[in-house]
Amino acid sequence: MSVKIEDKLFLDRFKVDEESHLKIINPDVCKNKCKTQACLYICPAYVYRLEGDRISINHEGCLECGSCRIGCPHLNIDWRFPKGGYGISHKFG
Amino acid sequence: MNESFDVAIVGAGPAGTSAACILAEAGIKTIVFERGEYPGAKNMSGGVLYGYNLAQILPDYIERGCPIERNIIESRIWYLSKDAGYSIGYRDNIFTKERKNNVFTVGRAKFDRWFAEQAKKKGALVVPGTVVIDLLKDSTGKVTGVVTNRKEGEIQAKVVLLADGVNSPLAAKTGFRADLNPEHVALAVKEVIELAPEVIEQRFGVSSTDGVTTEVLGEMTGGMDGVAIIYTNKGSISISVGANLAELAKSKMKPYDLLEAYKQHPMVAPLVAGGKPIEYTAHWLAEGGYKTIPQLAGDGYLIAGDSAMLFNALHREGSNLAMASGKMAAETIKAALRRNDFSKQSLSSYVTNMNNSFVLKDMKKYQNFPGFLYDTHQLFNELPQVAQFMAREMLTVNGINKKQKQKSIMDEIRKKLGLMNLARIAWRGWRSVK
Repeated sequence: MSVKIEDKLFLDRFKVDEESHLKIINPDVCKNKCKTQACLYICPAYVYRLEGDRISINHEGCLECGSCRIGCPHLNIDWRFPKGGYGISHKFG
Repeated sequence: MNESFDVAIVGAGPAGTSAACILAEAGIKTIVFERGEYPGAKNMSGGVLYGYNLAQILPDYIERGCPIERNIIESRIWYLSKDAGYSIGYRDNIFTKERKNNVFTVGRAKFDRWFAEQAKKKGALVVPGTVVIDLLKDSTGKVTGVVTNRKEGEIQAKVVLLADGVNSPLAAKTGFRADLNPEHVALAVKEVIELAPEVIEQRFGVSSTDGVTTEVLGEMTGGMDGVAIIYTNKGSISISVGANLAELAKSKMKPYDLLEAYKQHPMVAPLVAGGKPIEYTAHWLAEGGYKTIPQLAGDGYLIAGDSAMLFNALHREGSNLAMASGKMAAETIKAALRRNDFSKQSLSSYVTNMNNSFVLKDMKKYQNFPGFLYDTHQLFNELPQVAQFMAREMLTVNGINKKQKQKSIMDEIRKKLGLMNLARIAWRGWRSVK
């Protein structure tokens, strides 16, 4: 019954906004200054992925927990709630 | 939307909706903003609620069709090593009769939605799909309303109740609560696993209306300060594991990997076998405790629930603290409206009442408990390992005399933990909860 993260996210209901509610403020900080790149590990929705030497954001599956907002060691993520009604809608909760 | 209200509430969770019910019932013009598509759309908890606190808001919650999953008649505590574990539980028939619904499970998407409906029936205006992005303040700094993401979305209010939950960019922006450090929260991930009600009843030994909660500590958080649960719902089981966010960042373990490993544990796997995962969610637990509670009231505003970091980690209480604080905030607002004074001074009775209630008394009593867990890593690796060794030794019948076994257990404790160290952990643990 093991479930991969991609499959877990398929269980959820999202109303996706084209515009990302998550932005990296300064990509150079991620590339050159950030040693730990904690976002790659702490995010429960695998939103942050390493592509080459840059970090990509897949905001569509964001569970809106906020962990990257305060967990980024350089506070380099501009984190907003998705627009009203957008983002995840829990079915059970 | 350029209207004026007596009270604007940010967040339609247990705290905000409790306040809205009481205020609306008193005929007070109340508006509640909810960023989700519907109240509950963004909310997640293990899933227990407390009948006593709900009845304080809605005495007739049963008649009103409260969506209860299962009435909890047994509470279990597990202490797990990687592939073994201890279990104690307490079941009491009083919870099927006189004290029925003392604790019950809910799905927050259903419950919060239903709860907000009750506030609407009492006359509150609930506006979903709307994010509060800032607070209005006058030249003296007094809060005078909210700014939403809607067009012309400024709403004037005599007083604002902040009940927008533990993850609050609004708090960070407006400074009504210092933004949280990663060590102040635990990140929990949860899977809801669908199973036939009869299967759940068989596996947990309960009737069709009753259920069991299991709180779990041990190695399943990979040596990190954390906790896990197994709660029974009507036709599903909630499985969740959470760990301190600062520790997660350090360990590089991924939350969903912890959850998968936990599901494979020999004590967990048989309970969820054959089930179908139907939802995966993530949320913070406001673990910082008493020391992270912000100033609860200021000029023109009050803070309640998770926004105020009201969470009792030891007793897994949170939704009741939210409801109780929402109620106390509403009572204070009622009195302030009579005086037409919304200064910090006028709203300070909320702080006094909170201090005198179980909410802050309990939070204060356990103020050192989160720090004890955070500082005592042995609780999440060496100690469960030693506990496993001990039980295995004593339960294995192999012709070795018990005195010899006792000696090898003591040797193992000395090797892994040290006797003085073990005594120190026990002493500090006791001091943190006494």
